[in-house]
Amino acid sequence: MTDWPILSVITFLPLIGALFILVIRGDDEVARRNMRATALFTTLFTFAISLLLLAGFDPDAAGFQFEERRTWFGLMNYHVGVDGISLPFVLLTTFLMPGVILASWNVKKRLKEYLIAFLVLQTLMVGVFVALDLVLFYLFFEGALIPMFLIIGIWGGARRIYASFKFFLYTLAGSVLMLLAMIVIYWQTGTTDIAQILSSPSTLPVDLQKWLWLAFFASFAVKMPMWPVHTWLPDAHVEAPTAGSVVLAAILLKMGGYGFLRFSLPMFPAASEFFAPLVFVLSVVAIIYTSLVAMVQEDIKKLIAYSSVAHMGFVTMGIFALNKQGVDGAMFVMISHGLVSGALFLIVGVIYDRMHTREIAAYGGLVHRMPLYAFIFMLFTMANVGLPGTSGFVGEFLALTGAFVTNTWVAFFATTGVILSAAYALYLYRRVIFGPLQKRELKQIADMNWREAAVLLPLAVLTIWFGVQPGAVISLYDNAVNTLLGQVSAGLELANGVVKEAAARP
Amino acid sequence: MEHDGMSMWSTFAPALPEMVLAVISMGLLMLGVFFRHRTVELVNTLAVVGLAVVAVLVLMSGSGTVEAFGGVFVVDALARVMKLLVLFATAVAIIMSVQFLRWERIERFEYAVLMLLAALGMMVMISANGLIALYLGLELQSLALYVLAAMNRESGRSSEAGMKYFVLGALASGLMLYGASLIYGFAGATTYAAIAEALKGGENIGVIVGLVFLLAGLAFKISAVPFHMWTPDVYEGAPTPVTAFFSAAPKLAAMAVILRVLYEAFPGVSDQWRQVVVFMAIASMLLAAFAGVVQKNIKRLLAYSSIGHMGFALIGVAAGGPEGLRATVFYLIIYLLLTIGTFAIVIAMRRDGRAVEEIEDFAGLASTNPGMAFGLGAMMFALAGIPWLAGFFAKYFVLVAAIRADLVVLAIIGVLASVVAAFYYLRVVKVMYFDEPKGAVSAMPFELKLVATLSVVFALAYVIWPQPIVQMAQAAIRPLIQ
Repeated sequence: MTDWPILSVITFLPLIGALFILVIRGDDEVARRNMRATALFTTLFTFAISLLLLAGFDPDAAGFQFEERRTWFGLMNYHVGVDGISLPFVLLTTFLMPGVILASWNVKKRLKEYLIAFLVLQTLMVGVFVALDLVLFYLFFEGALIPMFLIIGIWGGARRIYASFKFFLYTLAGSVLMLLAMIVIYWQTGTTDIAQILSSPSTLPVDLQKWLWLAFFASFAVKMPMWPVHTWLPDAHVEAPTAGSVVLAAILLKMGGYGFLRFSLPMFPAASEFFAPLVFVLSVVAIIYTSLVAMVQEDIKKLIAYSSVAHMGFVTMGIFALNKQGVDGAMFVMISHGLVSGALFLIVGVIYDRMHTREIAAYGGLVHRMPLYAFIFMLFTMANVGLPGTSGFVGEFLALTGAFVTNTWVAFFATTGVILSAAYALYLYRRVIFGPLQKRELKQIADMNWREAAVLLPLAVLTIWFGVQPGAVISLYDNAVNTLLGQVSAGLELANGVVKEAAARP
Repeated sequence: MEHDGMSMWSTFAPALPEMVLAVISMGLLMLGVFFRHRTVELVNTLAVVGLAVVAVLVLMSGSGTVEAFGGVFVVDALARVMKLLVLFATAVAIIMSVQFLRWERIERFEYAVLMLLAALGMMVMISANGLIALYLGLELQSLALYVLAAMNRESGRSSEAGMKYFVLGALASGLMLYGASLIYGFAGATTYAAIAEALKGGENIGVIVGLVFLLAGLAFKISAVPFHMWTPDVYEGAPTPVTAFFSAAPKLAAMAVILRVLYEAFPGVSDQWRQVVVFMAIASMLLAAFAGVVQKNIKRLLAYSSIGHMGFALIGVAAGGPEGLRATVFYLIIYLLLTIGTFAIVIAMRRDGRAVEEIEDFAGLASTNPGMAFGLGAMMFALAGIPWLAGFFAKYFVLVAAIRADLVVLAIIGVLASVVAAFYYLRVVKVMYFDEPKGAVSAMPFELKLVATLSVVFALAYVIWPQPIVQMAQAAIRPLIQ
């Protein structure tokens, strides 16, 4: 094991990059090149260090690894660490960020602030996944609002101001209740240390658990987002710049699922079991309803955004199946969706950069001018549909299997979502790529350049690899999921024991 | 004789800082009167130096609790911390005024003298250990502030602000005095400790009524709803540095008085006054959140912001206990440091020699004056209580105390109100960052830039070294929880 604070370095290194960019003077081409290079180098270097994390990580060890503790306020302390559940998300973040920076190569407007915002955002996103203190988690979780607000509001599309406010206020409203719930946990357990709270089965009274669960749910459901509080997402996605959409879909959406796994399940097991039917209903509605909505969209990004909501429905369904397959599947869907949705938004960005429109009707027949583009788009469309052999299949299949054990009807209705996803994804692909190339503006459109291909290639490789070799990913979090489920069942037994005892009393 | 001299000294010694401040302000007044011309800068400088000297005297006043003048005046940790903060806020307000008064052509030596007198009044309020001393300090402070609000006598709005403040302030003082007389009538005492002693036998409806009147008067000073009506008009009308002063020092002093009165004179009837405080907290937070949304003038916006913040700080007062009291003082310190920086930037907003106060006129500041826009943006996020900025921790500690005291509903209303309030803070950021530029504003003068920079750095970097302020708040509340 290493003895240098590797997690803090990964978390805060982007901030140092941001400081370097801050001191670059001037706005000429040289300065811009330096800024872009600094940002790219910072993210690449951070990714390289995070690979050390992967190398040093022992998937079979119990508990958290690479832990760092520092006293801070006393009431709350700086404590970070990773386990099998958080590590994939840390890697996903560090892996995607260089691509995000590369995808922003052509940004002209206020480039300096743009890059700084993304680097700060990276720090906050990684922080969410490594924080092992409730309040520290909240700090990262909420702090990410500021850079994202600015990214959507400054560099977004036509309705960017509406979208940025909606994004900010929706998520803030969801989160403040979670903060109160965290304080309640602090007074109940006497600590805000997540590792310490998770070290023994939850002894919180069942009634209290239900309130706390709802408070956390308010936050994570908005972040996820679950139907019916998903409406901020299409607006935010559509108006955000390409890189912003990628970050939003690939990483920010995972915070909700991660939160369910890290907090709701192990800390409030009885409440999780109690509210599982509610989550199932919301998940199934999300899967079917948003898939149908996706089908009638005229805007490519909006379509992908709705498809994200549908995929997140699989995640919540899998998590609250409360069994191994379900949680494994939810984890896998999140990781796979991080790659696939990120890639799809990058793909939209490629043609948006050329044509400056996201209207599906404005395209058609691109395959004649852009064969490479058509191929990559096809690959990720299939992954989005969940074709076997791509990463999209594994997660959805596992999540459905898990749900099937718990509730057959839920699995039945959710499976129709798989069919619907094929419908909207293929329909989109046909309208954009196939057909005759009739529109005059498209006649001169160029295929992807090396930079665009370089961003998408690693994503494509991983999508296929994870589809063929899912064990490579699952083995990372397998042990942690077992621990998690162990905590859940221990907590449930404890809660049931208390209830039985109360009933046995005269 | 020598013995008498010693005892005289030991009677007056605790009030030495106040006496020195009184002498300094009178001396500066005479300096101004006799050497009318060219003295403004000298008076301003000497005033700041004088405040620093007084602060040193406060720091040197030892530790522990000392009473004077037969127990009506007390110097303890709470008094020391609050006095230092008031002196600091006053000095910064004077520094921030220099350039503004020159711009508006209202340079007068009386300005700094009035500031000093107001600070003196606040110090007496903070150290008051009985209702009479409290009233003396409060009136001295208020009279100085009424004049300050109307300082720009050429401006109709400034005169109106002064007049409004005076009329409503007099009403509040009247209410308070009436309450004090009721308390004296039913409890038979005016010092806090004696009132607490008298109430030990059981609650007394006359005292409770008196207490409510007293609280109403104090609520006026911290502009808690429903005694907030003066705030937006006075904030808007008064010269901006005066507004900055209003939103910082007097709030702190009045809050210290509220803490002292409630926890030293009326701990026995906490169930009664807690309802009043909870109501004021809820009403202030909600009204500020919703009324702030429609404001177009930055000074009015900040007025509602301060109402909301005082509502939040009152949650800590209602929660009580070591956590609640500490959270209140902590909140006040953070609020003070943030509000000073915000006003430093607002004071400096000028275009073509005229003050820019309409929020719409900040449009595109991020491209024309990136430094100012960044500073004000950071302040807005900090005041909204978004994590990593100092404002969040202030709110967090208050919420911790509220949950501890089982005031869950109050905490929920508080956080939801802060979400609504976030809207108007965000709107300022939106105008500066998302809208098309309307033209640059003038560069910031050095001293305002310095104040703003320090405040922004504080807001952003507070997380790195949080302990000093936490300890300061902890020290301040020690006399109250014993």
